[in-house]
Amino acid sequence: MAVTDEALELREVRGPSALGGGRRRALELLLLIAITDFKRTYLGTALGYLWSVARPLLLFGVLLTVFTQAFDLGDRVTQYPVLLLFNIVLFTFFQEATSQAVTSIVSQESVVRKTQFPRLVIPLAVVLTSVFNLGVNLFVVLAFLLVAGVAPTWTWLLFPLVLAALLALTAAVAMILSALHPRFRDTGILWSVTVTALFYATPVLYPIDIVSGTLRDVISLNPLTPIFELARKWVVDPDAPGPVTAVGGWGPLLVAAAFFVVIWVAAVWVFRREAPRIAEEL
Amino acid sequence: MIIEAREVDKVFRIPQQRVDTLKERALHPFRVGGHRELHALRGVSFDVHRGEFFGIVGRNGSGKSTLLKIMSSIYRADGGRIRMAGRLAPFIELGVGFNPELTSRENVVLNGVMMGLTRREAARRLDAVLDFAELRDFADLKLKNYSSGMMVRLAFAVMVEADADVMLIDEVLAVGDASFAQKCMDVFREKRDAGRTLVLVTHDMATVQGFCDRAMLLHDGELRYIGDAEEAALRYYRLNFGGVDPDAYAGPGGVPDVNVRVIDAWLEGERGERVENVEQGSPIVLGMVFEARQPLEGPVFGFHFLDEDGVTVFGFNRTLDREPDRLEPGQRVRISARIENPLLPGRYFLNCWISRSRTHGDLALHVIRPLDFVVYGTRPGPGSVAVRADVDVRLESSTEPVRWP
Repeated sequence: MAVTDEALELREVRGPSALGGGRRRALELLLLIAITDFKRTYLGTALGYLWSVARPLLLFGVLLTVFTQAFDLGDRVTQYPVLLLFNIVLFTFFQEATSQAVTSIVSQESVVRKTQFPRLVIPLAVVLTSVFNLGVNLFVVLAFLLVAGVAPTWTWLLFPLVLAALLALTAAVAMILSALHPRFRDTGILWSVTVTALFYATPVLYPIDIVSGTLRDVISLNPLTPIFELARKWVVDPDAPGPVTAVGGWGPLLVAAAFFVVIWVAAVWVFRREAPRIAEEL
Repeated sequence: MIIEAREVDKVFRIPQQRVDTLKERALHPFRVGGHRELHALRGVSFDVHRGEFFGIVGRNGSGKSTLLKIMSSIYRADGGRIRMAGRLAPFIELGVGFNPELTSRENVVLNGVMMGLTRREAARRLDAVLDFAELRDFADLKLKNYSSGMMVRLAFAVMVEADADVMLIDEVLAVGDASFAQKCMDVFREKRDAGRTLVLVTHDMATVQGFCDRAMLLHDGELRYIGDAEEAALRYYRLNFGGVDPDAYAGPGGVPDVNVRVIDAWLEGERGERVENVEQGSPIVLGMVFEARQPLEGPVFGFHFLDEDGVTVFGFNRTLDREPDRLEPGQRVRISARIENPLLPGRYFLNCWISRSRTHGDLALHVIRPLDFVVYGTRPGPGSVAVRADVDVRLESSTEPVRWP
């Protein structure tokens, strides 16, 4: 094959970066890695699919028993079991994606140290794989919704917006954690504690309107809260207060939104800063 | 010009007191992490021309692999700039970046996409890669189950089939078995004919001398020499085996002249004429003239003949033949040796050392390589030397069946 001259123009070598090498390539790579990973989980083990669904379901079973038997949430919240399952599935997505993102770059060490490609792809691929898992789990939720007699409404069509917000937040957190971990190797430990705390500081087990006091104030500022409350109102219970009322007005909601933005800015800043040197830290 | 590097600088910051956990960072937020700076590359500039085979040599830690990683966009340079043309395919640390959890099929496609191919193009390349690597039967085996040789073969195949304009290769010749190594060589020749450019980082001077059009020598992150591949290899040897800074060399053959200077060193042919190389079987006639620059008490002159891997094949040492057993500054010593030549065809080096005194053991003042030469001939054999061996091979006259105890 002849080498064509016009292809051989000198170009600056800029070194590795978050998106270096072009968006198309990043996108293609992102999809490929996520699909490969997803296939591996599902086809690699005999119970692959089962495990992915079983985990949130088991957690759901335990929590449902505790919160309907020990507490009376079942009576105070409309469609509590379905809501609980729905929330658990959403939160499991956030937890799984972020926790796996922490070590993602380090565990891809051999690739990062030898190949030039957009570094951002690694944490985002982890998130995308989790999105696939989430998609599978949402079918289970849908089945429960219909069985529980929740009437489909047109607001179900708005659910992708909620999903997009959750996805954006998850991706931002994943970027921060994956970029920090090569330098600070205890990021994973800290995050596992943090994510457990977040589980309780997000309206997963209970809707925000049944808590009060300081706890409620804290929960109101959590950027995950409006996402979960919106999902509840749009999908499970149209009579739910919705995010604005739930967190106590536009003030706290704006603060939560501000946190959301701050996390995004931090994610972009941290990742852009770390990406060029990440191979050296491994 | 296909690669243009100007004043490339790279500094690694090695934390002395590693603050690599957030906990420590939180406990000591203002502690300035004591960093030791490792200047891996200092103002390295060079050009590589299109269609050229270019070698980068240097000792471990000289910065050559770092340079290759900067060219491959795996590290970022701290200063200077590099411009390159065309597509490039790197081959670093015997690999191209595989995920051991995936099969080779998946890895090859993934790598192709990483290099900028579309998924379809990458899949189309798959067959060629598997064929080249001779791993078609193992296409669906996870790489973690591959032997290291198989892994390297696959990586090399990926690099070759990328059909890049520039190949950046770090130590490829440790690859696999002999037949695969031969295949690699053939590929390199093909690539050269196709006008591709190859940048090769290596320790193997035979490759540099045999393959590279030009080479550069790095030492402590600095460019010490760029130009003729033979010369670069020679300087590398001096640096590596001389243990002395090459700039301190002077005089014929490049010799350090702190304590003793080599005035001359040569090989002679049958009629006393100077020769570069020696024919197999004919004696090695060696001449050397030393000049003492310091008083030397009881000097011992040692001569070792090394093969190209740096293994000593044979050697001897001698002392002055008369009293006083001492050299004054300025005094010259002439060595004339006629050595039976058992060497098989190949490249050899004379390693020469001078120790101060027998009583002080083998304290070498210098280890220098005044000569390298090729023994040429048509009777190659295993190892480095041919020895006389009277061996009788004949049929056993008795046809008694052998009884095993």
